[in-house]
Amino acid sequence: MDKDINIKVKVWRQNGPKEKGHFETYPLEHISQGSSFLEMLDILNEKLINEGKEPVVFDHDCREGICGMCSLYINGHPHGPDEGITTCQLHMRRFNDGDTITVEPWRSAGFPIIKDLMVDRMAFDKIMQAGGYVSVNTGGVPDANAIPIPRDDAEMAMDAAACIGCGACVAACKNGSAMLFVSAKVSQFALLPQGRIERKRRAKAMVAKMDELGFGNCTNTGACEVECPKNISITNIARLNREFLKAKFAD
Amino acid sequence: MSWLIKSSIGRKFVQSISGLFLILFLLFHMSMNLVLLFSYEAYDFLANEILGANWWAIVGTGVIGAGFVIHVIWGIILTLQNQKARGKEKYASSSKTETAWSSQNMFVLGLFVLLFLLTHLFQFWYQMQFKELLMIDGARHDSAQLVAEVFSNIWIVIFYLLAFTALWFHLTHGFWSALHSAGLNNGVWMKRIKVLGNVVSTIICLGFIIVPIAVYLGYSNLLG
Amino acid sequence: MNKINSKIPEGPLAEKWSNYKNHQKLVNPANKRRLDVIVVGTGLAGASAAASLGEMGFNVLNFCIQDSPRRAHSIAAQGGINAAKNYPNDGDSVYRLFYDTIKGGDYRAREANVYRLAEVSNSIIDQCVAQGVPFAREYGGLLDNRSFGGAQVSRTFYARGQTGQQLLLGAYSALSRAVQKKQVKLYTRYEMVDLVIIDGRARGIIARNLVTGKLERFAAHAVVIATGGYGNTFFLSTNAMTSNGSAAWQCYKRGAYFANPCMAQIHPTCIPVHGEFQSKLTLMSESLRNDGRIWVPKKLEDAQAIREGKLKPTEIKEEDRDYYLERRYPAFGNLVPRDVASRAAKERCDAGYGVGSTGLAVYLDFAEAISRLGRDVGEARYGNLFQMYEKIVDDNPYETPMMIYPAIHYTMGGIWVDYELMTTVPGLFAIGEANFSDHGANRLGASALMQGLADGYFVLPYTIQNYLADQISVPHFKTDAPEFEKAEKDINDRIDRLMNIKGNHSVDHIHKELGHVMWDFVGMGRDAAGLKKAIEKLKEVKQDFWTNLRIPGNKETLNIELEKALRLADFIEIGELMAHDALDREESCGGHFRLEHQTPEGEALRHADQFSYVSCWEYRGEDKDPVMYKEALDYEFIVRQQRNYKS
Repeated sequence: MDKDINIKVKVWRQNGPKEKGHFETYPLEHISQGSSFLEMLDILNEKLINEGKEPVVFDHDCREGICGMCSLYINGHPHGPDEGITTCQLHMRRFNDGDTITVEPWRSAGFPIIKDLMVDRMAFDKIMQAGGYVSVNTGGVPDANAIPIPRDDAEMAMDAAACIGCGACVAACKNGSAMLFVSAKVSQFALLPQGRIERKRRAKAMVAKMDELGFGNCTNTGACEVECPKNISITNIARLNREFLKAKFAD
Repeated sequence: MSWLIKSSIGRKFVQSISGLFLILFLLFHMSMNLVLLFSYEAYDFLANEILGANWWAIVGTGVIGAGFVIHVIWGIILTLQNQKARGKEKYASSSKTETAWSSQNMFVLGLFVLLFLLTHLFQFWYQMQFKELLMIDGARHDSAQLVAEVFSNIWIVIFYLLAFTALWFHLTHGFWSALHSAGLNNGVWMKRIKVLGNVVSTIICLGFIIVPIAVYLGYSNLLG
Repeated sequence: MNKINSKIPEGPLAEKWSNYKNHQKLVNPANKRRLDVIVVGTGLAGASAAASLGEMGFNVLNFCIQDSPRRAHSIAAQGGINAAKNYPNDGDSVYRLFYDTIKGGDYRAREANVYRLAEVSNSIIDQCVAQGVPFAREYGGLLDNRSFGGAQVSRTFYARGQTGQQLLLGAYSALSRAVQKKQVKLYTRYEMVDLVIIDGRARGIIARNLVTGKLERFAAHAVVIATGGYGNTFFLSTNAMTSNGSAAWQCYKRGAYFANPCMAQIHPTCIPVHGEFQSKLTLMSESLRNDGRIWVPKKLEDAQAIREGKLKPTEIKEEDRDYYLERRYPAFGNLVPRDVASRAAKERCDAGYGVGSTGLAVYLDFAEAISRLGRDVGEARYGNLFQMYEKIVDDNPYETPMMIYPAIHYTMGGIWVDYELMTTVPGLFAIGEANFSDHGANRLGASALMQGLADGYFVLPYTIQNYLADQISVPHFKTDAPEFEKAEKDINDRIDRLMNIKGNHSVDHIHKELGHVMWDFVGMGRDAAGLKKAIEKLKEVKQDFWTNLRIPGNKETLNIELEKALRLADFIEIGELMAHDALDREESCGGHFRLEHQTPEGEALRHADQFSYVSCWEYRGEDKDPVMYKEALDYEFIVRQQRNYKS
């Protein structure tokens, strides 16, 4: 049964991208375990505003685990200590009375901090722009059932397509690698006949952009897969490697 | 082929292929070592007549050496780049993500193995092939005897034991990771490859470590 | 003198759209390069429109308030997208989809628009498949369909419980490609704060860079608003935290009519409210009603005991359960349209049969489905939803029934547009949820995705050319025109005014006040007395806002409280207009239910003779009452009937 708990929240505060950051610890009392983690931060912000202080800035939007906007590195875990969920789906019943909860922004060279816990993930958009699409214009496409797709392929493509682009993979990776994100998109299209036509160009372009933007080299630690809120598998990374190598050897 | 150094997957591919090649070398080296358990004479024959200073042995040594050098250099490049990609500011709370310990420490394990390798090269290869090639006095041809001498020291045996433990960890991650980086993996094969990797690593490391222990305890050259 | 001219093309219903396309003006490829189009919003409608217009050759400027176009709230749509493909061979057709949509909307939508929507629905599915959207498939490799509320055919295409996500990512992919090809310039973390009108035409926007806090000016030959609905007026809704009605409201204040503001949809299957701290309501897909059975206890004392925690739902015997939807609507059962299901839940809870600790919840029970289909099938169909529920409520839906309650979900009302999706301001277009056009008084499930993509891919890219064809000789605009100057100064003054209140209440505090007033008086059951009270109370909320608000920090920096305050100022005014419109519409229809106007059985009672119109509100100034014009809905092709889901 949910009860009320008293906690301390140790939050990273940083005024701007260039400024020096530091931790602030805020005590919070009577937090219902039925509230979500972000609702707890709402309560903290309400308190800070009432004290005339600036609220903690963090990214969030849909609050149902699908938009990929929320982030936060909580007690050593991207998206906190629960599996298969985003921070907005994390509930306070995962914490106990008296806990000190450390909240940090995603840390990676690819994701510079904007303010407090908010980071810039524009790099993901740029990788997508490099090749994360099938080149079709609006209109003039064949009937949806013109090309049958084996159900297993469609399901595997869907598994990969479930990526929400939150960046937890990069945040979890000791190498700051974006391979899980890139491989999920490359895999989705490599598995579908519509995407296969451009598979070579896509794999090369997306990997080149990923490298250019300063993400690290994957060393297959698998941390990304463990922390991914959508349980995207690292077998996608093997597929990306395969796609990329095939494309390069074909040149 | 500049992509082998310029692209992340290319770099990983080099690391993967060089690693797999070195695993093959280790298997070969280990098989040869096992001969010591049975016959010093046969071992000397292999060391002097089959390998020794023959042209193929020299070429082989060169290739293997290049394999090591590439693996080490690429390993250093990858590690430095990855350090940079992590960003200047580190997490204050230590990661609680559950991953294989070896996978997080490949560089350190590799460094330790490298340190061992240099010692090992000085102890054996330098005394045997290197001296002979450069006509330095005192090149040894009694290879088995040399091995027996070196492994009569308990500290050296312990050092080898530690080194192969490190190598075991390095290989358990390295084997499947190499195949993964080369794109040779999928959902079905993931478990199989990991198991195979553990088996190969264990065979290699056991095969290597059994020799110094047996020599030290006097259980070698059993067939005389 | 009102500006209402719906510009519906001549001819039989099925030929109107073809006729329009055959005769509209087009812009030739060389001239497209000379024309700039601003698209605000990157949801299904915005992203698809921006991508399509960019591909055609226009210079597109696309804005979103999130860090990436992929975050738009379309992403959260779960269940699916309708199309009249008739792949299952169960008798579907364009006409039937059109008819169901009109009927589901309680005969308050325009026939021509809805027919066009049904007509292009099939192209959407084709387009998405071509983009690589991984829709669910049968073992034979062909597309699978499921059924949804308000229809007797299976016409809903889906990608697990994440259809909105997959469709949005498809549109986002197309948009990304257009950005790469420099056809679209993307502005993320930018919020439109005003519309700029020059010589009576929409010619640009003022946007606030949310990272620097600076105001910036953008000019174009046409402006497209695709900023979604205003459901967050209620504070608690299924909308995302940043979903807001401000862009639409700025258009209204600059002269665009606002249509049917009172038409808000309440979604029947949401996780019930559980505390004051709650920030949003989570939707459980309507597809759950395919297999779940909705019930409350038959006996008041059982309901009482459940609320007190003395009794568990599984302990209530089968004969003591009231499956009230199956009882009241035998033909459609648990699959009645959303408004009907929502009101029925409220009716039971108001009568004292509600469950949960608050008494504001009903059960959605899967026990029968799980025993019939097996747990595996249940898990395959609803696993992710069940998991989501369990994470939030800490209850296992496989073992104990889910609790659900209605919540604000979608706003059918929005900026008034004509057949071309142009507002009453020339050059200003509104697409997707931001306009009012296709859903009448109630939207059917899986139709929002259809409308957003129809507008963005297949309607606007045509109709906007009919306007732009006249603009080819107009050079690229400069942003130093006095109109830009003034608009920027106005918004700057407004921001200064907000920053200088320096009161004691946070934005959220006042937003919650607004939410309570809206839910209590402008919610699921409305009456004249309550609506009048709401109008009074909203004045108090407004007063509180403009005197007691506190925004920490500075304006020219990243300031989340200022962002929220600007949106809340508009929400309060939107709430007022909703209440006015609801008071004015003395009938019940779709999402608008007036307690005074119901049948003896408690069903919605329409007054087609008096209220068969779209109410179009015109802004007259800060302290003046808005004026309402009527766009008559003349049904040429359909005979209006009282909706009947019983037989």
